[in-house]
Amino acid sequence: MLSAIKKMVSDDKHILNPNKWVALHADYLFNYTISRINNHDLAKDIVQDTFFAALKAKDNFQGKASERTWLISILKRKIIDYYRKINSAKGKAEVKMNFYADGEKEGEWIEERVPSSWDNEIEKKIENDELSIVLEKCIYNLPEKYAMVFRMRTIHQIETEDICKELDITASNLWVIIHRARTQLRKCMEENWFKN
Amino acid sequence: MGMKLTCDQATTICDKNQYKEASLIEKMKLILHLFLCKNCGRYSKQNNVMTKCYEFHKESENKKSNCLCEEEKKGMERELIKKYN
Repeated sequence: MLSAIKKMVSDDKHILNPNKWVALHADYLFNYTISRINNHDLAKDIVQDTFFAALKAKDNFQGKASERTWLISILKRKIIDYYRKINSAKGKAEVKMNFYADGEKEGEWIEERVPSSWDNEIEKKIENDELSIVLEKCIYNLPEKYAMVFRMRTIHQIETEDICKELDITASNLWVIIHRARTQLRKCMEENWFKN
Repeated sequence: MGMKLTCDQATTICDKNQYKEASLIEKMKLILHLFLCKNCGRYSKQNNVMTKCYEFHKESENKKSNCLCEEEKKGMERELIKKYN
């Protein structure tokens, strides 16, 4: 009797159907991931991992949220794990310092990193498809953590508040990352684009 | 932080301002700094150009379609069903 009532109540709850997950949600989860982790294979692996983790946890699903919302919440944890991993790992790419970190000149420009003057044909140089290729290389050369946050905010225009929540960082932390990314990108574009 | 900013702080605010998220007091401090510092003045000017570059890049990134192909999805499904059953 009790189980019959339970079943009736559960009828208007959401249910999980793992057989249809890929067909119904793979594209959505992949799009969500690729705008945060700009690597096709890696994004694909994370989506697959999300499905596996969801399968393992499916008995904990209470049916309050929709299937997709539930899957996204698992994916978000995967993304934060990834961010923490790249945040703690000693990356291949180094952060190029633009300002003295300590001493008497703390916070001042390091002489060889001071912005140089660019020529006057700047406008022409922006409307150019090749720009994207050069800029992409510069972004790629950033430490991964910087590239990730920079892309999320600038290329995918995710709100500051949302990024902070998603990656569990403070706003001032975010702006330091964006600042380091932008100063390094400015220098990279100066060397490879504007001064040519 | 008093009214006086280091170049590092000033350019951080300058970057934040490119996303229209610098506060009024930050903007005032920035203007004061830019008035006195040639290097940051140049950075600030070039920052507007950089933002245009990023916008241009954003457009070209949006044109690219980056999605899973049918083969990849089939593979994913196989792996998932294997574990499910």
